[in-house]
Amino acid sequence: MIEFVHPALLFVLGAVPIPFLPRSIRKAYLLLIPVLAIFAVLALQPGSYGAAQFLGQEILIAKVDKLSIVFATVFTIMALIGTVYALHLTEAGQHVAAFVYVGSALGVVFAGDYLTLYLFWEGMAFASAYLVFAQGGEKAIGAAFRYLMVHVTGGVVLLGGVVLHALASGSLLFGPIEGNIGAGAYLILAGFLLNAAVPPLNAWLTDAYPEATVTGAVFMSAFTTKTAVYVLARAFPGTELLVWLGTAMALYGVVYAVLENDCRRLLAYHIVSQVGYMVAGVGIGTEVAVNGATSHAFAHILYKALLFMGAGAVIYVTGRRKLTELGGLYRTMPLTVALYMIGAFAISAFPFFSGFVTKSMVVAAAGEDHRALVMLALTMASSGTFLHTGLKLPYYMFFGTDRGLQAREPPGNMLVAMAMAATLCVAIGVFPGPLYALLPYQVAFEPYTGAHITESLGVLMFTALGFVLFLRALDPENTISIDTDWFYRKGARAFMWFAERPLARYEKAVSDVSETAALPLLHGTARTGLRIDIHGVDAIVNGVAHAILDGGGVLRRLQTGVVTHYALAMIAGLIAAIAVFAVVWR
Amino acid sequence: MIKSIVDFFGDEAYARYRHRLFYLVLALIVVADFVVPRDHVEYLWERLPGWSAVYGFVSCVLLIFVSKFLGHQGGLMRREDYYD
Repeated sequence: MIEFVHPALLFVLGAVPIPFLPRSIRKAYLLLIPVLAIFAVLALQPGSYGAAQFLGQEILIAKVDKLSIVFATVFTIMALIGTVYALHLTEAGQHVAAFVYVGSALGVVFAGDYLTLYLFWEGMAFASAYLVFAQGGEKAIGAAFRYLMVHVTGGVVLLGGVVLHALASGSLLFGPIEGNIGAGAYLILAGFLLNAAVPPLNAWLTDAYPEATVTGAVFMSAFTTKTAVYVLARAFPGTELLVWLGTAMALYGVVYAVLENDCRRLLAYHIVSQVGYMVAGVGIGTEVAVNGATSHAFAHILYKALLFMGAGAVIYVTGRRKLTELGGLYRTMPLTVALYMIGAFAISAFPFFSGFVTKSMVVAAAGEDHRALVMLALTMASSGTFLHTGLKLPYYMFFGTDRGLQAREPPGNMLVAMAMAATLCVAIGVFPGPLYALLPYQVAFEPYTGAHITESLGVLMFTALGFVLFLRALDPENTISIDTDWFYRKGARAFMWFAERPLARYEKAVSDVSETAALPLLHGTARTGLRIDIHGVDAIVNGVAHAILDGGGVLRRLQTGVVTHYALAMIAGLIAAIAVFAVVWR
Repeated sequence: MIKSIVDFFGDEAYARYRHRLFYLVLALIVVADFVVPRDHVEYLWERLPGWSAVYGFVSCVLLIFVSKFLGHQGGLMRREDYYD
């Protein structure tokens, strides 16, 4: 019996054969891996696995506890739903990227040390960026590059934080950061907040998700931000800053959603808003609050994927994504409308839908913690959520002005995936027990009280009244909204201008000087040098060599080997010596 | 069945029924809010029946108009070719 199968391994290694499988087998294989992963997660026993030493540091590949199991459970379920939704795709690349993405997310969830966490963290960034690149076209590729650059920058910040934190604390093990938060921990927090899309680090999300492929966006909506919520819950529970950041982002998302015209960008802003509840929950840090954040992440993954699947189905069928160009689809796509609306009721926290039993836990936690302002702000964001995802988006996408679009229901696998998510959204809402049992702490929270139901319905239905009365004010406009990506999009342009104008001119001037003055001078000097070398140095060396050679030849010729010649030479020498002697010494 | 439900919400022919049903539901919610037991209340507003209806409506209106104000007067909304 194998003690422990790392679910991340199933996905990462399982992705390898996908391109080589024949199409008929591939579909079955694509479903098999997530199913196996679900079983692997169900079989997990809490404990530490894969402890090792690396560069003298303790490494822990997998640390399994209740918090990691609940995230891994929803991740594997979501992987199955996302795979069903993408089953009709023929190109293998997106399936491979999606599997590596899911595997990396699971790797982060189980990571017991910062090094393992960091490696999977980067894996997620690259695999998910492929899902945007795969869409093709100038806009998508631009967005994908921005997405990748932002995440790589965030990764570097995280790595820097990990190194500083490890130096300060002497350990790479990943766990709650206690005591005073040092520079390292702040950098780690910044890296995490970037992936959680906390403003002002949120624009990568709303920039990239609407540009991703129809099926890719479904995966993206589920994993990156929720792994970030997980690591925040693991390392920074009870950090006061997070309460306020979370509350602000819950409202930030709904404000932008009013302005949005692109259906998936509107939904992306609602990810920002919903993740705000989770970040605030982590920040409050009480047992109820962390339970609320965790269960809300669980429910959010399913209903947000359902909403993205619904919007994706419309884009897949009509090829349009702007609300100003959509409308009247309810006649031809009733099933999509119904399934989308289940997601919309779930995100809006209607009784008997999943959001009701999870979101209210965060709001109640804020109340118990005596944070009236947070509670009121989060309730206002709930109103905004229903206003946009439950009323504005479906109204302009499916109802409203009939644009006479040719439409039909999407392929069967898409509908099945949506039905799976919708079933879970309702099941969690009606029977919250099994989800509550999964949560990290004991749950003593009863969502279904009379006052809670009438209160929620009051907020939601009177939001609907506001929508009906001020419908015209909400009409989508053919615009885009400026978010914090302005800084790097315009900043990059300024940088490019600087590189192309002043810097390039300076470079040209330098190269002109070198071409007109410096280079000829250098050439001339080199030529003179060459001439001196050939005609001076070489000539002397060659002359000496020749002289020695010739002298040697002469000497060689003198060596005749005949004794009489030598005798004669000796006599001549003797005579010469005497002559010299006579002259010199006289 | 799903189609007929979706049609009920989309088709102009049912507009009158829809409106009546909608206002009936609103009235029922407010009435229910007055009669439900409130054994655990922490904040003042939780004691007021109908508070959530008022707060929901005000939230909705605020969100619409503050956002649109920021979009138009605050310069957040730009032409689609702004980044091109």
